Amino acid sequence: MSTVRTRLTGHRLFWPIVVLLALLVANTVYRPSFLSVELTNGHLYGSLIDIVRLSAPLILVALGMSLVIATGGIDLSVGSVVAVSGAVACLYISEQPDQNSVPTVLTALVLAFGVALLLGAWNGVLVAVIGIQPIIATLILMVAGRGLAQLITEGQIITINSGPYKTIGVGHLFTLPFAIVVALAVTLLVAALTRRTALGMIIEAVGGNAEASRLAGVRSRRITFLVYVVSAACAAIAGFMMTANVSSADGNSAGLWVELDAILAVVIGGTALAGGRFYLGGTIVGALIIQTLTTSVYAMNIDPQTALLFKAVVVIAVCLIQAPAFRARFRRRSSPPAAPPSASDVQQKEQVPA
Amino acid sequence: MTTNQLAVPAGRAPWWRVPQRHVPVLATLALLLVMYGIGVSQYRAFSGPQVVFNVLIDNGFLLVVAVGMTFVILTGGIDLSVGSVVAMTAMVSASLLGNGLHPALVLVIALLIGPTLGFAMGCVIHFFDIQPFIVTLAGMFFARGMCTWISAKSVPITDGFWTGVAQERIRIGDSFVTYSVLIALAVVLVAAYTLAYTRLGRNVYAIGGNPQSALLMGLPVGRTKIAVYTISGLCAAIGGILLSFYTLSGAPLIAVGMELDVIAAVVIGGTLLTGGSGYVFGTVLGVLVLGVIQTLITFDGSLNSWWTKIVIGGLLFAFILLQRLVGIRKK
Repeated sequence: MSTVRTRLTGHRLFWPIVVLLALLVANTVYRPSFLSVELTNGHLYGSLIDIVRLSAPLILVALGMSLVIATGGIDLSVGSVVAVSGAVACLYISEQPDQNSVPTVLTALVLAFGVALLLGAWNGVLVAVIGIQPIIATLILMVAGRGLAQLITEGQIITINSGPYKTIGVGHLFTLPFAIVVALAVTLLVAALTRRTALGMIIEAVGGNAEASRLAGVRSRRITFLVYVVSAACAAIAGFMMTANVSSADGNSAGLWVELDAILAVVIGGTALAGGRFYLGGTIVGALIIQTLTTSVYAMNIDPQTALLFKAVVVIAVCLIQAPAFRARFRRRSSPPAAPPSASDVQQKEQVPA
Repeated sequence: MTTNQLAVPAGRAPWWRVPQRHVPVLATLALLLVMYGIGVSQYRAFSGPQVVFNVLIDNGFLLVVAVGMTFVILTGGIDLSVGSVVAMTAMVSASLLGNGLHPALVLVIALLIGPTLGFAMGCVIHFFDIQPFIVTLAGMFFARGMCTWISAKSVPITDGFWTGVAQERIRIGDSFVTYSVLIALAVVLVAAYTLAYTRLGRNVYAIGGNPQSALLMGLPVGRTKIAVYTISGLCAAIGGILLSFYTLSGAPLIAVGMELDVIAAVVIGGTLLTGGSGYVFGTVLGVLVLGVIQTLITFDGSLNSWWTKIVIGGLLFAFILLQRLVGIRKK
């Protein structure tokens, strides 16, 4: 009995899922219709579906961020990449005579995706080739990228009227919102590449010790370079979704704070910022927690900015729970055999306000 | 204090051979002079001393916050919460003044919030061994959330003391500065003295150079770490007060992204992000460089504000590359 309990509470996804469920329960208590999902015109609708749809961009960015963090790096530039890719796509579409033609939209997507890959490669070169600390290397693009996005949109908000492009944000496929399908597809692709091949292990090896893995025959620089490109690619798709949602590109505010939300999602999901390990499942639960938190705060008519207060509480709670130093403190205080349950009771209390 | 200094024996090198640890600062100084020269050669109004004073007036709060950040970065840490703490301080001051509290009391309360938050963050970073990045990120969310919680709208300041200090002009010849500039310069001097001549300053450099050996040497690593985040919080609080003098209001969305400008200023000022090497003087130069860029872009009417971001990004790149090259030559 106690071993089952220990194994359950010891699982790395246990606390994130408990937090997510607690948020869902709190929402249901506040608004009983929260859990209902209906099928209208062959499309699924409901608050739950909305939460997943709105978290799709964050899931994508956080997936890329997981890989970067697994190598011991961090990518602060994702928000700017979101803004740039959205701006490029919208600018191209807005300049075409027929905004509704599918080839036009596809060309715009390819163009913007290419730009994003270039930006990712820039980060990759700075970190892997020149050897600049990741937080600083990507800070450059974080600052300059937003300027670039504003340069592309000329400081305006580019509004487009393109049916196919809008589909990326609000369309449906197989009764599910299109954004969810895309996020799911990218997730499965990344999961298959990293967990069904040795790639994931190699990435973790580079994060554990880049020099040691290089000596062991891993091309660690190439891997480091690659994760920044993948991160930018994920951010670009997220940028399409975000701009498609509102049918406009705003260089100033598109993707603002998304890098921080993505890092939070990754950390909540149990991936340590020090690198060497990553958990895609945890990242997705983390992203869902953040979006659910944001949605519930909105639903309770609290100012969006005040939502940051709740995020701060959740971040600190989750980080403390996961910090070995914090756990050790509780273990030392209570008698050894009773330690795990009593520690978890205390942690439960910490999470309720979240 | 740093390996850098040990590698260059003082007095041995010929006078024209600049010690490598000074290269980034000198590069910043050269850049500043070149930019000022460009400004003077292009625009006649640029040459007056008031232009220089205006840079200080417009960036006094940034300077104070950047000085605090220098302490944190010298230990190898980072403080992302400063922009939000600046906003929160301005917001708290504005709303307390609006409620008719005595200005002196408001000053004390406003100056206590930042250091308290910084102290708390420092404790979490030290005792629970969580990365500064994530702890100060939470601090940033917390402070920004508090701003909107206090008021979702901008709160004007009409208090007599505040408007008096804000509008008072201190004449220097034909030009003038504000009290904010004097406060900022005082903070700079105190910080420079602390880093150069006190035990705390020595510990900050030692921890940034190598935390492990600092610990083995018996230096109070934990206390110093907590101290730098408290100092950064205090500087952010002073910066918030100066900003409230500057704008005479508190707004929930003010100083968004300021932490990045501050980090950029510190880096451009030649402080190594890995810690252990850098000067307050460099940070002053870094802030001046950012200020002069903005002034140049304002003088050239055809350039838009986003060029500031692109240029700052480019400069960040250049200076990080320079730091990296100096670092390579050291080996």
